[in-house]
Amino acid sequence: MAKVLMKGNEAIGEAAIRAGCLNYFAYPITPQSEVAEYLVRRMPEVGGVFLQGESEVAVGYMIFGAAGAGERVFTTSSSPGISLMSEAISYIAAAQCPAVFVNIMRGGPGLGGILPSQADYLQATKGIGHGDCRLLVMAPASVQEAVEMVMNAFPLAEKYRNPVMILGDGLIGQMMEPVAFPDHLKSEPTNKDAWATNGMDHRKSKSRNLVKSLFLDPVQLNDNNLQLKAKYERMRAETVMSESYNTDGDYTGLIVSYGTMSRVCRTAIDMLKAEGIEVGMLRPQTLFPFPEKALADAVSKPSCTHVLSIEMSMGQMVEDVDRFVRGLLPVSWYGKCGGDIPTPEEVIDVVKERFA
Amino acid sequence: MGKTFKKPEALSDAHTHYCPGCTHGVIHRLVAETIDELGIRGRTVGIAPVGCAVLAYNYLNCDFQEAAHGRAPAMATGIKRVRPDLMVFTYQGDGDLASIGMGEIIHAANRGEKFTTIFVNNAIYGMTGGQMAPTTMPGQRTSTSPLGRNVEEVGMPIKVAELLAALQTPAYITRQTVIKPKYINKAKKAIKQAFTYQLENRCFSLVEVVSTCPTNWGMTPVEAVDWTEKTLLAYYQPGDYKIPA
Repeated sequence: MAKVLMKGNEAIGEAAIRAGCLNYFAYPITPQSEVAEYLVRRMPEVGGVFLQGESEVAVGYMIFGAAGAGERVFTTSSSPGISLMSEAISYIAAAQCPAVFVNIMRGGPGLGGILPSQADYLQATKGIGHGDCRLLVMAPASVQEAVEMVMNAFPLAEKYRNPVMILGDGLIGQMMEPVAFPDHLKSEPTNKDAWATNGMDHRKSKSRNLVKSLFLDPVQLNDNNLQLKAKYERMRAETVMSESYNTDGDYTGLIVSYGTMSRVCRTAIDMLKAEGIEVGMLRPQTLFPFPEKALADAVSKPSCTHVLSIEMSMGQMVEDVDRFVRGLLPVSWYGKCGGDIPTPEEVIDVVKERFA
Repeated sequence: MGKTFKKPEALSDAHTHYCPGCTHGVIHRLVAETIDELGIRGRTVGIAPVGCAVLAYNYLNCDFQEAAHGRAPAMATGIKRVRPDLMVFTYQGDGDLASIGMGEIIHAANRGEKFTTIFVNNAIYGMTGGQMAPTTMPGQRTSTSPLGRNVEEVGMPIKVAELLAALQTPAYITRQTVIKPKYINKAKKAIKQAFTYQLENRCFSLVEVVSTCPTNWGMTPVEAVDWTEKTLLAYYQPGDYKIPA
């Protein structure tokens, strides 16, 4: 499989097309506008749809409309834009439609900055919209992984009839790396005749479909929420993904880190190893569902004395880490969220200060 | 002798939840007749708003999606762009379209999206219990303008048809009413014309329908018709505001 050198944002756009998604709606925002600039040229070549909406609010509902009509559809944005789309995401989750949202995170809160950040962890995993809605959230640590996660996102969104979010930090969108688009990740859209508003004539049943989220009857609303909850439990059982690093032997402490930050930590772990200090790492690839079992396994190693969550945020994932370590070991956080990414040297200093 | 009058196929058997004297029922019927006459029920998708017509899908028998408040034109855009073969219409009230959804309707109209909007303007928020709308008349009492709409504080009522007609993109923009049979016949023609423009892939089309809300106006149905004709129609004048070249 030939590799090409591509910027993350452009590779994300191409990955969606290669996955079989030919519909894209978006609003410009740094640091992910290159996705739109790439797809405005590329979509016409493949007979696809490109539209720049008037706001992220409107784009969220263009996605809802297209998804409700049964077509594969996606958008990309960055932190403040995702806040504006969060209303639509709640509606899409409630109406059980598949759609893919890519968030190339920048610093916040407010207008924040345009440099890389991981400060939307809590928003993506716990507070994406009003009501009891959740997203399947995947966090890539390289351009290649971003491509594969985007390609996997469409069949997963259809499997669960739920929005899926790719949560990448700004660096994933901005850096260039060699990538390949694996043919085996191309997928056929599922048949959506049972629920989509794709026109009665189109369907064998010839009965009409409704895409809605209003349930005025409390029993019906509770039933819908129970259905959603059961789906999120299925995600927990079936779709959790994580990767371990340097955990085969003994280690004095465990770093938990994801995305670009985990690559810095990997370098720090290699440098510490050269000094004779063994540190393990768990890298969640899905943030919701969180790899709680993998974390429990990793902290059960008798040599492990401390768990350190390193994030480009002021301590968000550490809340989940703390929750799943269940008081068995001390848990602490280190991070930055202004756009500077902690260096391997900084990580080494923190490790030595906390537990090595 | 054959049957000379029957319920349109696109209208369900359900009893509506609308108040006595409300014109939603008449407008629903005109939309349903149009869908039947054009033979498009099997490829039509309606978008229900937030407001009294949120349950329009219980009465109109075709595919439907339910929007968030004001967002129906964005949803219609999404559907129509990915499935241009479908016939798509939004059905929106004045709080939905002219207040919270003003951005979405202006941009959809300006892009020339090939869908149809039925805009029901009764100068008040209905479902939430009679609050002031952007279309509430000067001096009109509502639950949030108990002393009457003060235009010094909140400005004049917005004339949506005129506003959208000012855009440079070709469109069909018309204002009608359904308070008496003579108006109903014209409104029916306008709605059918709007759907026909969509069928021909010509342009964006919007039919504003000046309507009643006796419950929240504090009037009897007969008084409401009278007030609509004398007060609303004097300000919201019926007629075609834009026709595609």
